[in-house]
Amino acid sequence: MKKIRKEKRKKGISIAFCMAVYLFLFLPIFVVVANSFNATTSKPYLSWKGFTFDWYVKLWSNSSLLESFANTMIIALTSTLLSTIIGTLGAVGIYRYKFKGKGVINGLLYIPVVIPEIVIGIALLTIFSNTGVPRGMLTLILSHVSFCVPYVIFNVRARLSGYDSSIEEASMDLGANRVVTFFEITLPVLAPGIAGGALLAFTLSIDDVIISYFVNGQTKTYPLKVMESIKSGVSPDVNALSTLILLGTIGLVILTQSGILSGKHNKV
Amino acid sequence: MDGKRSKHEFRSNTLPAVVTVGPVSLLLLFLVVAPLVFVAVMSFCGTDEYYNVVYSFTAENYGKLLSVDYLKIYARSLLISFITTVLCVLIGYPFAYIIARTKSKKRQLLYMLVIIPFWTNSLIRIYGWRSFLGNSGWLVKALQFLHIIQEPVDFLYKTGTTVLGMVYCFVPFMVLPLYTAIEKLDGSLLEASSDLGAKPVRTLFEVILPLTSGGIFSGCIMVFIPCLGYFFVSNILGGGNTDMIGNLIERQFKSANNWPLGAALSIILILLTLLLVKLYQRLGGDMESLGV
Repeated sequence: MKKIRKEKRKKGISIAFCMAVYLFLFLPIFVVVANSFNATTSKPYLSWKGFTFDWYVKLWSNSSLLESFANTMIIALTSTLLSTIIGTLGAVGIYRYKFKGKGVINGLLYIPVVIPEIVIGIALLTIFSNTGVPRGMLTLILSHVSFCVPYVIFNVRARLSGYDSSIEEASMDLGANRVVTFFEITLPVLAPGIAGGALLAFTLSIDDVIISYFVNGQTKTYPLKVMESIKSGVSPDVNALSTLILLGTIGLVILTQSGILSGKHNKV
Repeated sequence: MDGKRSKHEFRSNTLPAVVTVGPVSLLLLFLVVAPLVFVAVMSFCGTDEYYNVVYSFTAENYGKLLSVDYLKIYARSLLISFITTVLCVLIGYPFAYIIARTKSKKRQLLYMLVIIPFWTNSLIRIYGWRSFLGNSGWLVKALQFLHIIQEPVDFLYKTGTTVLGMVYCFVPFMVLPLYTAIEKLDGSLLEASSDLGAKPVRTLFEVILPLTSGGIFSGCIMVFIPCLGYFFVSNILGGGNTDMIGNLIERQFKSANNWPLGAALSIILILLTLLLVKLYQRLGGDMESLGV
């Protein structure tokens, strides 16, 4: 009897603890969502002046905000595509072939992962500025590709470690050449790892603040637009856009949940 | 036949290897190695009176790094990162343990709930904390309503506020590797321990913690190191009172315009990172668990 009660109390404490952590994680998101409905019009938009949908309408006439969001999407999609291609090829090549400097490449892949982002950001800034590469969309995409590729490689590599390459030999014995074998055999087997890597690359890219902050030139991404507005107070239409993005992502993930996320979980 | 085949293989393996490994090698060379080498070179350069970089050798920047003001900031950075890491373990471990030990179907959902906050821009979430904690913020309003406090209190711009923001940013990075480690833990070992008469506390310290220490180490690396460079958290929540190494570097590149000094600061951060990663490997940490 006593033991059951003790078990129950223990379970109650764990549930309460978990709820507290989730509350901690979601509290600022509630604030962001609530502020998107705040009827206040005076800076810094903090005091609550009643409920309104106005900001969701005004959002569509804030062209610099919309432009920054469009930039973020272009950069995220392009750098996801590029880093997925480069990363997948790289992972397969590193796994399959023997060559000089393989250990070096494996070691270098960890640099963007462990070195603080600010160092990567200023390093890219100095090299771009000294080689005369104009800072903007191009440098943003190059930088995002450089920090996304390792994550794609790690995801694909995790998939490769359980991969039986004899099916490729079978394919080639049956007359398919390397390219056909790669597209017909290798890629489908690796698909979940590639998809996981691409999703991670996309997530890292759309939320990147620190590296973009140094290499952007005049181009504003959505996170940088938020950063710029923080000094004067973030206007509720920025909150409205954030709320819409959150809803959009949740919708997207519910749609793809069964396909991508049920098999293997990914960091971030 | 054999000789011919191996020759054929040799020839045909070079091209695929170049095609597959070539792009990533070029990327690492031009966008990782070259920039970092350049930073190292720049850290030994000086500036003219207009803060243009002058390419002549000097160790002056490293001398400046030893000033008392800077030493204070390093100490504060290490302290904030350390407290953040400890709090992340204390919050993240039991939390990861509970969700990793939940029955299957609900576990997926609980795990997703840790990831969902990442889909809202991190800056705006930190700003959400600022509007929650500020002197006209919701927390003050709530406390006044409950008559716990009378006058508004400003919770912002203190070391504790910056630590809160850092813990907020990094708790998920602690939870995810811990979750992976704890999920792998074999439940029958815990039963065996208790069947053999060990109290829960003893099982925790002699079975659970040793078996999941890999997750703790990789979580600590993924929290402590980036925390040193998250300048925007101390900008937004610390308001200049809680500057860290990241803030110093940011200022050299964005406002003070002393790039060589910023480069020298970055080199310090790189060396510190390498030292901690070496320590991590020495403790038996696996590099692969840092990536995915």
